[in-house]
Amino acid sequence: MNLSNDEVKHIASLAKIGMTEEELQLIGGQLSQILEQFQSLNTINTEHIETTAHPTSLNTVLRSDKITNDKADEGMLDNAPKKEQDFVRVRPVLE
Amino acid sequence: MTSSNPWSLTISEAHRLLARKQLSAVELTESVIQRIKQTDSKINSFITVTEESALKSALNADSILARDEGSLLTGIPFQAKDNICTTGITTTCASKMLENFVPNYDATAITKLKSTGAVLLGKGNLDEFAMGSSTENSVFFPTKNPHDLNTVPGGSSGGPAASVSAEQCLFSIGSDTGGSVRQPASFCGVVGLKPTYGRVSRYGLVAFASSLDQIGPLTKNVQDSAFVLEAISGNDPKDSTSNTEDVPAYAEYLDGDVKGLKIGVPKEYFVDGMDSDVANTVRSSIKTMEDMGAVVSDVSLPHTSHALAVYYIIAPAEASSNLSRYDGVKFGYSHSESTDVWDALEKTRQHGFGPEVKRRILLGTYALSSGYYDAYYLKAQQVRSLIRQDFVKVFKDVDIIIAPSTPTVAFPLGDKISDPVQMYLNDIFTIPANIAGIPAISIPAGLIKDMPIGVQLMGPHHSEKTLLKAAHAYEQAANHGFLKPSIQE
Repeated sequence: MNLSNDEVKHIASLAKIGMTEEELQLIGGQLSQILEQFQSLNTINTEHIETTAHPTSLNTVLRSDKITNDKADEGMLDNAPKKEQDFVRVRPVLE
Repeated sequence: MTSSNPWSLTISEAHRLLARKQLSAVELTESVIQRIKQTDSKINSFITVTEESALKSALNADSILARDEGSLLTGIPFQAKDNICTTGITTTCASKMLENFVPNYDATAITKLKSTGAVLLGKGNLDEFAMGSSTENSVFFPTKNPHDLNTVPGGSSGGPAASVSAEQCLFSIGSDTGGSVRQPASFCGVVGLKPTYGRVSRYGLVAFASSLDQIGPLTKNVQDSAFVLEAISGNDPKDSTSNTEDVPAYAEYLDGDVKGLKIGVPKEYFVDGMDSDVANTVRSSIKTMEDMGAVVSDVSLPHTSHALAVYYIIAPAEASSNLSRYDGVKFGYSHSESTDVWDALEKTRQHGFGPEVKRRILLGTYALSSGYYDAYYLKAQQVRSLIRQDFVKVFKDVDIIIAPSTPTVAFPLGDKISDPVQMYLNDIFTIPANIAGIPAISIPAGLIKDMPIGVQLMGPHHSEKTLLKAAHAYEQAANHGFLKPSIQE
């Protein structure tokens, strides 16, 4: 299971992680090696086997639509890389 | 003060002295902080020490104790892994991405501990975003194993395990996604418990793999583990996956009696080529349990060998989704030398994440990407069902399962860091419990060439009572006590 450079580039672009050529080479090799370990799963017959997304039985949990964290903004903006007044400043999205 | 070294106390010992006013919470906290100052330049278990706020909490604990309103953890100093949010205290996840992140809320586990009057000492080192098995993936520094400073403490809760081992705190809380509490507990000679999925609220635990993550205690002994588990467990409206089962007073069930307890030994955990010292140590633990009247039988969990592959598909897949929130816009590291929004995003994630985190995000992205979803993610989820069913079947015949916690003792620093596949193999015995969502505990089983090794007990969902009871009985019978490392101050 060998990932090509283009495949790794494509995955990195989907994951929105910038990569240098060296990083692509290194990580491509490592990912291929890891994927190789996954091949064992193909030996298992999983026809008609349900999937498990969660380990315990889950119920839908509802709550009344009541604000309980009205002070949540206090201190939150302090973590913003860029802010202006009470807003987070972002880079232009539309040119 | 009656004890010359309050830092060396267990929770129950300290509680007794605090309740009798023979020791104050401030004296205890000062002693522990002194211990941190004397030892942490060697161990590096703390990312942040919050001396000032710890002493303030201790003062508050003393006033609670003065009114005789204290509970077991009142005035007891602890460390929290640095991926557990703490109001006003940086919560870095040992990542450049969150190096300066200061939460404005506490994780529910922290809220609960604070409400008992426990004293937060600071934040423990970890592999970046809890991804790793050696704590070498921390962006700040690696933590050292107190039993041998040239070896790793395990991971990802390396800080929390090393700090309990080095007695820099009376207990700590970590998180366990694939063994991150139990594996370092085994390496450092402490007790590490991963509760049933949903037993402890995940609110405020920085998400890695949401269907696997669980907060758990690291302690000097089993009784302390029971105390801390009781304090942090319970349903939380802020975590829709937290369960509603009652929280028993776990410590009340520790009566040392395992007569008739049915213990299964899964043959898949004792494979050819495994470290014979580890196998022998676990075998001798099994013998100890048997001598105490437990009924031991061989069992089979046939899909065990596939658990690692399942985990390294599901955990990275969930991580790739969870970590997409780090975009450099609302919080966290932001790459400044870019005006274009996409370029900024890619550069923020390129420079904010370390190699292992990037590797897992890419792996997860690949497993979820068009054309590969069925072959990897869906397949892994199906095999996850089979692994769960293995446990369900076995627990019809036995009460608990006994197995090694880790394939080896702690390995030298730098030994596996450049080989991800070798590093991943460390989790081979701990991963199945996360996949099935069952509780599991690692307790010290002894020393192999002066290095600690743990034995693991696993039980069905919500069997913490039985697990702790069995672990405690074993601990009493094995009688090696807390495995103190010899750290030169």
